[in-house]
Amino acid sequence: MSAGGPLLDVRNLVQEFEVRAQGGVRSGVVQAVSDVSFTLAKGETLGLVGETGSGKSTLARAILQAPRPKSGEVLFEGTDLVKLKGRDLLRARRQMQMVFQDPFGSLDPKWSVARIVEEPLIAFRTAARAERRRRVTEVLDRVGLDPERYANRRPRSLSGGQAQRVAIARALALDPALIIYDEAVSSLDVLIRAQVLNLLERLRAELSLTYLFIAHDLALVKQVSDRVAVMYLGKLVEIGPAESLYRDPLHPYTVALLASIPNPDPTASRAPVTNTIKGEPPSPIDPPSGCRFRTRCPRAQDVCGAEEPRLRRLADGHFAACHFPVSEEAPAPSAREPARLAGGTHDASAPD
Amino acid sequence: MSEGLLEVTDLRVDFRQPGQLVRAVDGLTYSVARAQTVAVIGESGSGKTVSSRAIMGLLPPTAKVTGSIRFDDLEMVGLEEKAMRGQRGCGVAMVFQDPTRSLNPTMRIGAQIREAIQTHEKASRGAAHDRALELLELVRLPAAKERLEQYPHQLSGGMRQRVMIAIALAASPKLLIADEATTALDVTTQAQIMELLRDLQGRLGMALIMISHDLGLAASFADEVVVMYAGRAVERAPTRTLFSHVRMPYTRALLDAIPRLESASHAPLAAVPGQPPNMALREPGCPFTPRCPNSTDKCRSHAPPFEEHELGHLWACWHPCEDGVRL
Repeated sequence: MSAGGPLLDVRNLVQEFEVRAQGGVRSGVVQAVSDVSFTLAKGETLGLVGETGSGKSTLARAILQAPRPKSGEVLFEGTDLVKLKGRDLLRARRQMQMVFQDPFGSLDPKWSVARIVEEPLIAFRTAARAERRRRVTEVLDRVGLDPERYANRRPRSLSGGQAQRVAIARALALDPALIIYDEAVSSLDVLIRAQVLNLLERLRAELSLTYLFIAHDLALVKQVSDRVAVMYLGKLVEIGPAESLYRDPLHPYTVALLASIPNPDPTASRAPVTNTIKGEPPSPIDPPSGCRFRTRCPRAQDVCGAEEPRLRRLADGHFAACHFPVSEEAPAPSAREPARLAGGTHDASAPD
Repeated sequence: MSEGLLEVTDLRVDFRQPGQLVRAVDGLTYSVARAQTVAVIGESGSGKTVSSRAIMGLLPPTAKVTGSIRFDDLEMVGLEEKAMRGQRGCGVAMVFQDPTRSLNPTMRIGAQIREAIQTHEKASRGAAHDRALELLELVRLPAAKERLEQYPHQLSGGMRQRVMIAIALAASPKLLIADEATTALDVTTQAQIMELLRDLQGRLGMALIMISHDLGLAASFADEVVVMYAGRAVERAPTRTLFSHVRMPYTRALLDAIPRLESASHAPLAAVPGQPPNMALREPGCPFTPRCPNSTDKCRSHAPPFEEHELGHLWACWHPCEDGVRL
């Protein structure tokens, strides 16, 4: 293990899928994840937001090598998972677990809760039967399910919140270092969701876990994250400390996402939802040239189509991939202003 | 209310199941005025969807509906199916959560809208076609003309929901019920659809019932909010009043459990313990008692009445919250 290094270091990760023409669907290559790089420190929570089709889940799966990415590196504790095979990959994967959105879809309906939670322990041949039983009791306790009451129940007799707790217990069974939550609380009711979110926070602190937390709800992501990454059409467009990213979003897409959230306080100074971006994301089969957001961006200029903006540091630990990042000193240039002028404003906004 | 378009009074819906009776809606009372937007808020199983389906007459035969639903001075409870059909569409129309399952995957978009039009009025194919195009333009579907010839799978989720709204508007309803209509959509698409609904409502003078679990959405778009818990209305008030003077501890709990953009990362959420009650077990008293921090013995034995305690503000609670006090 590399001391002091990040737990997870994702470099230039690319994932593509081929689609064949079939009844109105175009054939081509879906560029699901395009050249994504980021690091995740031990004990940190990175929130990953983006809309349907932005590549969040594909990215998570590519990290786990299921399926393998097309290219790039995934360094876990310094070891490149992409190069690992067979038993070595399995051993590394033990450290990484995933919790999915629909607990009922990810739990075998015919198995008891105890059997479900025990399964990873059996698969990895970790311990003798008695020891496994003890571990099952321990993790069920940890997630707030009384082992006596729940161990022999089937998923069908559980509520959504309870079933998700079982999925979390299963993820904890092997004592992993990293847990990826893919919209894991999105389908839960508000009060139950708050209970589960508080549970996740407690587990992270107690077991010094590292989280990659994928969700489309920005307020929810802020609640749990130290840093937040924003994806659009397979690209990482902005990443930074949660406080800074929400207070001073730099990418116009992040600004639009934040403006789209309805506020549960009608008396708040923040105007109700009005600043909506127009249209829908283009097809990932044939993404726009240059910046992929330019077709919907209110700040787009000619250069945005010609040249792809690189992720660059604009504030402390805060990166954005945009030619004309949003900042308070530089209001959005009107469409008629020459690109030259607007080009000057982003230099001024760069703090370093 | 004199100009009330919809008056729901003491609505009860029971489902008969083997060995038990589940009361999904238990004495719901509220009204919707013409051109008004009312949000009905609640969690899964609170009875919000069942009550709206009762208004549409869309419940299965196993459901027993009692109480009164007066729509435009017509009593809908006990109405014969034939008369109900006359009301559906031109009186009340509904948009559902999942546009993929509401649309026929084997029919072109145009044909599905034409079907809705021709069900309600005698229109030639050509006239129905023109009206379908008009409706798609009304809901601002891009490239409306080409869409008429496409199938649902060729459209995105947001576009499909626009088509569903177009179908719902086909017979110019006086009341549109949007049942979690934006829940399955992305946040930017949700904002677009909500803007569209608000705009359409203003232009067509239509009343809107938003069924949702999202208090944030209700706060942004509704004139009045009804909060439901365990089949009952527990609090009702004009939107601004409700959010600045929350009385019912359940509403308070819902608001406090929502992650806020304004709050710091890793701040623990105020989460009340427990789960909603089992609707097959009818207990006396307030259904929120086991989870409520304000509860007393009285709450366990006597259900609080749902009454107007302040002007336009109704709640059902023996120990309401005070302004500015969190649970």
